[in-house]
Amino acid sequence: MKRKIHFLICSLAMLSYSCDAQENGPKIQTPSTIDYSYEVVADSIDIPWGLTFLNDNEFLVTEKAGILYHVVDGVKKEVEGLPPVYARGQGGLLDVAIAPNYSKTGIIYFTTSSPLGEEKGGHTALYSTQLEDNKLINTKLLYKGDYNTKKGQHWGSRISFDDQGHLYFSIGDRGNREVNPQDITRDGGKIYRLNLDGSIPTDNPFVDNDNNRKAIYSYGHRNPQGMVTHPETGKIWVHEHGPRGGDEINVIEAGKNYGWPVITYGINYSGTPITDITKKEGLEQPLYYWLPSIAPSGMAFSTSDIYPDWKGDLFVGSLKFEYLERLEIQNNKVVKREKVLDSIGRVRNVEEGPDGYLYVGVEGKGILKIIPKS
Amino acid sequence: MRLLFTILISLLSGISFSIYQQKPLEQSIEDGKEIYADFCLQCHMAKGEGVKNAFPPLAKSDYLQDIDKSIHAIKFGLKGPIKVNGIAYNGNMINQGLDEEEIADVMNYILRSWGNSYDLIITEEKVASIEK
Repeated sequence: MKRKIHFLICSLAMLSYSCDAQENGPKIQTPSTIDYSYEVVADSIDIPWGLTFLNDNEFLVTEKAGILYHVVDGVKKEVEGLPPVYARGQGGLLDVAIAPNYSKTGIIYFTTSSPLGEEKGGHTALYSTQLEDNKLINTKLLYKGDYNTKKGQHWGSRISFDDQGHLYFSIGDRGNREVNPQDITRDGGKIYRLNLDGSIPTDNPFVDNDNNRKAIYSYGHRNPQGMVTHPETGKIWVHEHGPRGGDEINVIEAGKNYGWPVITYGINYSGTPITDITKKEGLEQPLYYWLPSIAPSGMAFSTSDIYPDWKGDLFVGSLKFEYLERLEIQNNKVVKREKVLDSIGRVRNVEEGPDGYLYVGVEGKGILKIIPKS
Repeated sequence: MRLLFTILISLLSGISFSIYQQKPLEQSIEDGKEIYADFCLQCHMAKGEGVKNAFPPLAKSDYLQDIDKSIHAIKFGLKGPIKVNGIAYNGNMINQGLDEEEIADVMNYILRSWGNSYDLIITEEKVASIEK
């Protein structure tokens, strides 16, 4: 009997070992020649979480601890007038994005971990605001997740737009995977869709039942910290952190369930399994999954002619391996992965500027602009 | 006699209650375990082993010998070069926004886990006394 148990433990251990060790291709490559460099366009920022350009020379950066910087021609100034920021664990001041009609309205959106509400703790909130003389004015709360919790994990929270007047943003599962991601009557573990004024689109997928959170657009997510609108299809692309292994890229469709934690390619940090299935009918498969995890944050497509070899490629920051990852995608399949800015530091964010350059938020450094050598 | 005893007990417990509402050590360690899983484990890992060259270990870590410095790091964050068990690290641990009770709890858990065996009990007051 003892021997049997011993055998069982060994085979279980081997099973989990092989799950953990199996790498999902294509393998990450280091380029043989590096024909680009970078320059620092905003320095001394501990965690540059969000970034949005007001024009070619001006941008806003969020510092997770709860500071919003306005950078003009390389000079960084703190913006006044932020609502309360609940800086706890992975939470704090999160993403920032100008409205698609910013040139007319001056409207800027941002997300933050927020202590507002009756319960102790916090949840992710989305605001709209305007910038005037380095102050935020007309700041409006558009959405606040509930119920607050003191958990430090999984707030989301990226913002993106389609060209039909919708805003999308993410909230992570808030450290309660057994309850939140699969329940559409609760917040957390979701991608949300709103109209630009914060109202709920009447054709959102779950508006027919009053118990549902009607802003939900898709569910079954863990912690999406990357979101970008595909430059050609206009679809919303999202990546999310898996547990140990199983970070995913998903293309978001209305009303779909992306499976967390029913299916995943990852395991618990402790090495124990979460589920023994990676596929199930009715649950979406990712476009790609990372194994091992890279801890992805920030997401952008390169659409300009500034880096001819990179046009159309997807860029994702890696917090864990401290590089920017370039992914070549053909027919909805990742065919090549390459390190850009290897060993640069924890890459928190990447955006394509209005000038077509790629800008990278690196922890402890600030915002870097990638410049091709020619 | 019994009455006197009762009065004495209630007086004593009243005094200890008024000085500090320290929770039992077992409860503190239990709560600290949960705090650890939520806020620390992702970098310092499940057995406090850390990640080579990136995140220092907490298991049998010589850094813990300086309790004040350890509490300071959790309370205010820790940035820049340090040495742990002879290995150099140069990272940035941000302040996680834990309150004093939570910091005491997670310290009590860390000091008694993965081969660490300190007798010292960290109280909320101790955490409060550590200044920036």
